[in-house]
Amino acid sequence: MNTPPNRMASIRDRLGSALTSPERFLWGATARVCLGHVSSGTSLGGRVGELAGRSVLIVTRDQFAAALALIELDGIARRLIVCTPDLPSEHLPAVVAKAGVDAIVSDDDRGHDGLGVPLRVLCNGTVTPAEETPVTSCRTEWVLLTSGTTGAPKMLVHTFASLTAAINSGQEGRDGQERRDGQQGRDGQEGPERQKLQGADVVWGTFYDIRRYGGLQIFLRAVLGRGSFVLSGAGEALGEYLVRLGAHGATHVSGTPSHWRRALMSPEAGAIAPSYIRLSGEIADQGILNALRSFYPQATIAHAFASTEAGVGFEVHDGLEGFPASMVGAPGDVQINVADGSLRIRSARNAVRYAGEEHSTLTDAEGFVDTGDIVERRGDRYYFLGRRNGIINVGGLKVYPEEVEAAINRHPAVRMSMVRSRRSPITGSLVSADVVLKAEPSASGTIADFTREILQICHDSLAPHKIPATIRFVPALEIAEAGKLARHA
Amino acid sequence: MSVKATVISEIQQIADDNKKSLPPLADDLVLLDSGLDSLAIAILVARLEETLGFDPFTESDDVAYPVTLGDFIRFYEHAAESHGVDSRQVG
Repeated sequence: MNTPPNRMASIRDRLGSALTSPERFLWGATARVCLGHVSSGTSLGGRVGELAGRSVLIVTRDQFAAALALIELDGIARRLIVCTPDLPSEHLPAVVAKAGVDAIVSDDDRGHDGLGVPLRVLCNGTVTPAEETPVTSCRTEWVLLTSGTTGAPKMLVHTFASLTAAINSGQEGRDGQERRDGQQGRDGQEGPERQKLQGADVVWGTFYDIRRYGGLQIFLRAVLGRGSFVLSGAGEALGEYLVRLGAHGATHVSGTPSHWRRALMSPEAGAIAPSYIRLSGEIADQGILNALRSFYPQATIAHAFASTEAGVGFEVHDGLEGFPASMVGAPGDVQINVADGSLRIRSARNAVRYAGEEHSTLTDAEGFVDTGDIVERRGDRYYFLGRRNGIINVGGLKVYPEEVEAAINRHPAVRMSMVRSRRSPITGSLVSADVVLKAEPSASGTIADFTREILQICHDSLAPHKIPATIRFVPALEIAEAGKLARHA
Repeated sequence: MSVKATVISEIQQIADDNKKSLPPLADDLVLLDSGLDSLAIAILVARLEETLGFDPFTESDDVAYPVTLGDFIRFYEHAAESHGVDSRQVG
């Protein structure tokens, strides 16, 4: 199964050639499968041939089933559209249309009748021996979803090359070693420990779902490397997942700062003893970095900047929030610049384009992706201040203020509102609303009534993380010159 | 109202907002088992900042994240003391 380097190779091909140990597993909450069986078996009832060359939507309840389908279909399907677990079904028709979906792979066949997709294949998260192994026949496009302004997802096209460039650079594989060197033998076991990190004993886990960019990166690291991977189950409690991670001896664990804060608030935090901890998807503040250092003293702690659009930008290993100013403008695989206060990234890890939107451009004239993250230089370091355009990152989930304002403005007594970010030590940010009423409240109880009614409207129409945590009633809002609300990062 | 009573009252308000019923709010109750997820706890911390005027999580870069309701309340009581606020009578 060795594939010459200049020929197309799928995940399955690479899995087949990297099976130096038979004891590599994907562990789900209720099932496990040996990766060796995955490379020679099928989780699609042997119907993979029917999906060759198609644009395949993967929409599963459980990420374990999605993981198996992704391995089986890379190099076979023309395009894989990976549905995030929380995508409201009302957005599916637009996803199908924009990505030219002509097949659906799902572990739940209900609810897809109205989509008009001709081919539907069931994946149930179990692997059976395949009669024939399909031959890698194309370079599959991967389409990843991230939330957009109106609630409809933005669809970003990646290639196998863009998704794996950060892994191929070897940056990840060396993390453990480099940091251990830097730690000057604090545990006195660098030699054996280094071998352990390089070898088949690496067990990955992530609080992310693999159907989001951050989780997919960990999935690919685990599957293309030589280790195993413990996936969280749909609806599995955090504590249960931590216990399973501990039972499988997880060595490398990733999540957002909010995931990690939640882990540290769990009595099961001590169930894991990872040697490598990775944070991404949100601003890692000094508080969470210090708390992890203190709770997991044996671990190397890295915080990464990555987004679905820009890919993996960089990793910071010095245990300090922000990133060294020397990274900006430096040559290398990833080029970073700061323009108008916002971080821009150009690399082979950037997404290629938006799917189905010819008019939207992902990069500027020089090929940089504007991340929309506002940074500020203080001394020899840059620090993240927040998002441009007022986008709020609540525990790794984006909130567009306009969507929340539209809900609030449906209350008959509201003249206008402005939604902004409020710092949270638990979820990084929270949604906060300033509301201008049409008339002064008549009685003292009215403010409490309005608050309750506005929250009720929000509860009825918005996902929980978009509902304002706090509402302030103000006499007026600042309007910028262009007649729009003045939003500040 | 004491810090403890303020915390409990805000927890009950958030549970009401989310139409969730709460288990008995004993000191050894694990916060994440209280029916409040981390988003709800984040909201709790924000509302307590509005009510009490401080957020003990952001006052230092070295905080131990509270696991139980008792840890959480003590965390706020200590912060109230350092703010010169009588934790038995804050609002």
